[in-house]
Amino acid sequence: MKRLALALLTTLSLAAFAADEPEFKLVIENHKFTPDRVEVPAGKKVKLVIENKDATPEEFESKQLNREKVIPGKSTGTVFIGPLKAGEYKFVGEFNEKTANGVIVAK
Amino acid sequence: MFGTALIVFREVLEAALIIGIVSAATRDIPGRSRYIWAGIGLGVLGSIVVAGMAEAISGFAQGMGQEIFNASVLGVAVVMLAWHNIWMSAHGRQLAADAKAMGGAVSSGSKAMSALAIVIGLAVLREGAETVLFLSGIALSGESSPASMAIGGITGLAGGAALGFLVFAGLLRIPLKWFFSATSVLVLLLAAGMAAQSARFLIQADVLPSLATPLWDMSSIVANESAAGAVLKGLVGYDAAPAGMQVAFFIIVFAAILAGMAWVGRSNKTT
Repeated sequence: MKRLALALLTTLSLAAFAADEPEFKLVIENHKFTPDRVEVPAGKKVKLVIENKDATPEEFESKQLNREKVIPGKSTGTVFIGPLKAGEYKFVGEFNEKTANGVIVAK
Repeated sequence: MFGTALIVFREVLEAALIIGIVSAATRDIPGRSRYIWAGIGLGVLGSIVVAGMAEAISGFAQGMGQEIFNASVLGVAVVMLAWHNIWMSAHGRQLAADAKAMGGAVSSGSKAMSALAIVIGLAVLREGAETVLFLSGIALSGESSPASMAIGGITGLAGGAALGFLVFAGLLRIPLKWFFSATSVLVLLLAAGMAAQSARFLIQADVLPSLATPLWDMSSIVANESAAGAVLKGLVGYDAAPAGMQVAFFIIVFAAILAGMAWVGRSNKTT
């Protein structure tokens, strides 16, 4: 019984860690996002991994997604979004809005 | 310069709304301005400290330190607002009815005020730290002169302060008869909205599941990026397409504070 419980726990915790949400990588360089158009599956939780190669901090912000996160210079941040309805969601680097902007397309 | 002013204004907007409401809600508590200014001052100091520690905070909790930090700051503010509202439902009516003959209420009034000074400090801290990071980023990049940065920053700050004052002055015009109820409702909504925002940070960090997302989508009526959306976010944690968890947090905190107020209000009447 104990062993069964242990096996069950291990499976559960493994399942929790091996979360299989699709992952998308974004790079901030010279206050610009690459890519600036990210296609993600609709109706699913998605993981965005944002690497800031600039020396200055940037704030990943999307009003439409209601997400904001400061990514300090020379570091990487993770933001979970969704599940999203199909559609386009704009995002910006709030500290350099003129150059740092892009769109997430949920399909 | 204009861009700087706009960003600073957007960052201080939420804090300004909160300060305006708290200042109005506590107008009968003696010596409250000291607490309000102390809250603002500590919030500004805290912003600089938090901005300086941004990298350390971000690296915390597998890179989710920022979300945990923001969610906790909001959580503490919710508790303080809840306590204030429940306290006010026991003492507020006497305060409003007889502002002069209440020497005894001063000490307990100062307790309620310390709670609200914390709320103000945390609101300033949350938005202020981002402003400091933004301004230091501009300063580092050397793209705009310190003078134009300073003017932009001050203009944005002044705009936020003006808005906060408008909220304050507008609330004071509410007739005394309804004033207590009106400000209680605002503080109640503020607390529930902060709880919803705190849930949003925990979903963003994948600490909480989002539950049935989006629960609805009102983007075509009031979009998040519209001015109305920004103000509503500050007031009630508005999100045009909220996660189920955000709505659940809002409802639970709203109901819990309301129950607390009703319970204290009733036991107060019978004694």
